[in-house]
Amino acid sequence: MIHARGLTKRFGEFTAVDGIDVDVLRGEAFGFLGPNGAGKSSTMRMIGCVSPPSAGTLRILGMDPAADGPAIRARLGVVPQQDTLDLELTVRENLLIYGRYFGLSRALVRERADELLDFVQLTDRAKDKVEPLSGGMKRRLTIARSLINDPEILLLDEPTTGLDPQARHTLWDRLFRLKQRGVTLVLTTHYMDEAEQLCDRLVVMDKGRFVAEGSPRELIARYSTREVLELRFRADEDISVYGEKLAGLVERIEVLPDRLLLYTDNGDRTTEEVHARGVRPAGTLVRRSTLEDVFLRLTGRTLVD
Amino acid sequence: MTAATREPSRPTRDGSAGLLARVIALPPISPRRAGYLVERTWLITRHTWLIIVSGFFEPLFYLLSIGIGIGALVGTVTVDGQLLDYTVFVAPGLLASSAMNGAVYDSTFNIFFKLKYAKTYDAILSTPMSAADTAAGEITWALLRGMFYSAAFLLVMLALGLVASPWALLALPACLLIGFAFAAVGMAATTYMRGWQDFSFVNLAVMPMFLFATTFYPLSTYPEPLQWVVACTPLYHAVELVRGLTIGLVDASLVVHVAYLAVMGLLGLRVAAGRLEKLLLR
Ligand SMILES: Nc1ncnc2c1ncn2[C@@H]1O[C@H](COP(=O)(O)OP(=O)(O)OP(=O)(O)O)[C@@H](O)[C@H]1O
Ligand SMILES: [Mg+2]
Repeated sequence: MIHARGLTKRFGEFTAVDGIDVDVLRGEAFGFLGPNGAGKSSTMRMIGCVSPPSAGTLRILGMDPAADGPAIRARLGVVPQQDTLDLELTVRENLLIYGRYFGLSRALVRERADELLDFVQLTDRAKDKVEPLSGGMKRRLTIARSLINDPEILLLDEPTTGLDPQARHTLWDRLFRLKQRGVTLVLTTHYMDEAEQLCDRLVVMDKGRFVAEGSPRELIARYSTREVLELRFRADEDISVYGEKLAGLVERIEVLPDRLLLYTDNGDRTTEEVHARGVRPAGTLVRRSTLEDVFLRLTGRTLVD
Repeated sequence: MTAATREPSRPTRDGSAGLLARVIALPPISPRRAGYLVERTWLITRHTWLIIVSGFFEPLFYLLSIGIGIGALVGTVTVDGQLLDYTVFVAPGLLASSAMNGAVYDSTFNIFFKLKYAKTYDAILSTPMSAADTAAGEITWALLRGMFYSAAFLLVMLALGLVASPWALLALPACLLIGFAFAAVGMAATTYMRGWQDFSFVNLAVMPMFLFATTFYPLSTYPEPLQWVVACTPLYHAVELVRGLTIGLVDASLVVHVAYLAVMGLLGLRVAAGRLEKLLLR
């Protein structure tokens, strides 16, 4: 579906995407993870055929964006990072006219618009102007809009940023159903739980390059341990002192502003060893490793800063 | 994808005609897709039709105040040896100017807002619509709206007995051409604007043309060198074209006016489409 080799995007001197290779297969859910400025959106825009690559090859649905942009875009659904809704139109009109841009008949567009409004639970706002909608509602409308042409590939740039937890879960459920219907999903996210829930495969991006690639499970196995012991301390304590005290206890220790993360295969045993070294944290928590830990390891940063 | 598209390649001949053909060669435009953008504006207009209707009154007020009010003081003007009532003389000037004003307004303020703030075009270009389709669609709307004003104004002229010739029927398509020329150039200029402050340049171009490009008095009023300057301005050609038609002074010079405006429009459209693509597809 998507095939890229050495894909590069430069803005003047600055290289935002630095020669990445990707293949996304039909029906797959593929995720781009990375800190701010990693080049996720730049990559998505190139895939969406609204930003010409500076170098490398890119094939989408077997076609070249430079030559067949309109034909490719006809089969894509796009949720940009920032909503680009038509503020001069009502909620329903936004869907109607967007469908028309794809050359769909008025009757078909009307039918789909009503279905999609229902799908994102905005039916009762159909006649309202877009401007006064809440951020989450606008996001949902953008998502509905991206589906108006029944796309084969759906590009979602941080789809659930700004949604409340309930809306996020509903959206995940909808996306999961789309995937079951065979729609290929490509998404970027800052939420690890989102990536673990939705993605079959993902890449971690940093400074325009891929730093890791695989399924969520593989990445955790490769870059983290089975369990993580979190030690919390009081705010007035100097955490790095404890970090030094515990050095060598486990394979890797991560020092965060408010806590220590100890990567271990047996959290309970490590807890005992911590106590044995005379360290008395205010709280301890043993949890399973998540993608968040992978991310921290690979980029040295937490995701949401 | 099967829509008729205009091929960008034109036969290349030698000489200036061939060069001109290449300079104004347009990127492919799908009339069908351009039409979708007109549909968008039509949807919006249904909410704001009152604003549209109000635009008709400005030239009408000019006609009443200058044409009839000042006309009573001036009496008559001589054009090509023909004695004309001042109102008959000035009405086509106002018609052509209002076609210009409407097109410029539509293609500068409105488009700048959509381009810079509303992100309207970012959304549109992620569909099969191209930048050229979008530019053509916006200009088409400006034309349709302008045509509505021109037709209404022509009817008023007819009612007031200011139409001297059946050629006046052609004043309507002439106004369309004027609208096209100014909308295309206006849109092209808008793509270069950095902020609202740059719009004072639009007024700086439009206002003097309105006042001095033979809208209110004939070219012969000026001394020879100034006549040449005035004859270079686009509004001069617009006014002379419409005036020739409504007073029935039809000669070969009208062809020159038509050609001037057509080339101006095609050039503008081409620049606008190219610039939109540069600005939006980064
Ligand atoms: N149009 C542009 N002109 C110049 N620089 C740009 C442009 N778009 C993006 N960049 C730069 O490219 C880099 C990558 O940006 P991009 O938007 O792809 O990051 P991102 O991974 O999506 O980040 P975020 O998580 O904050 O959305 C940034 O440093 C940004 O400043
Ligand atoms: Mg981004």
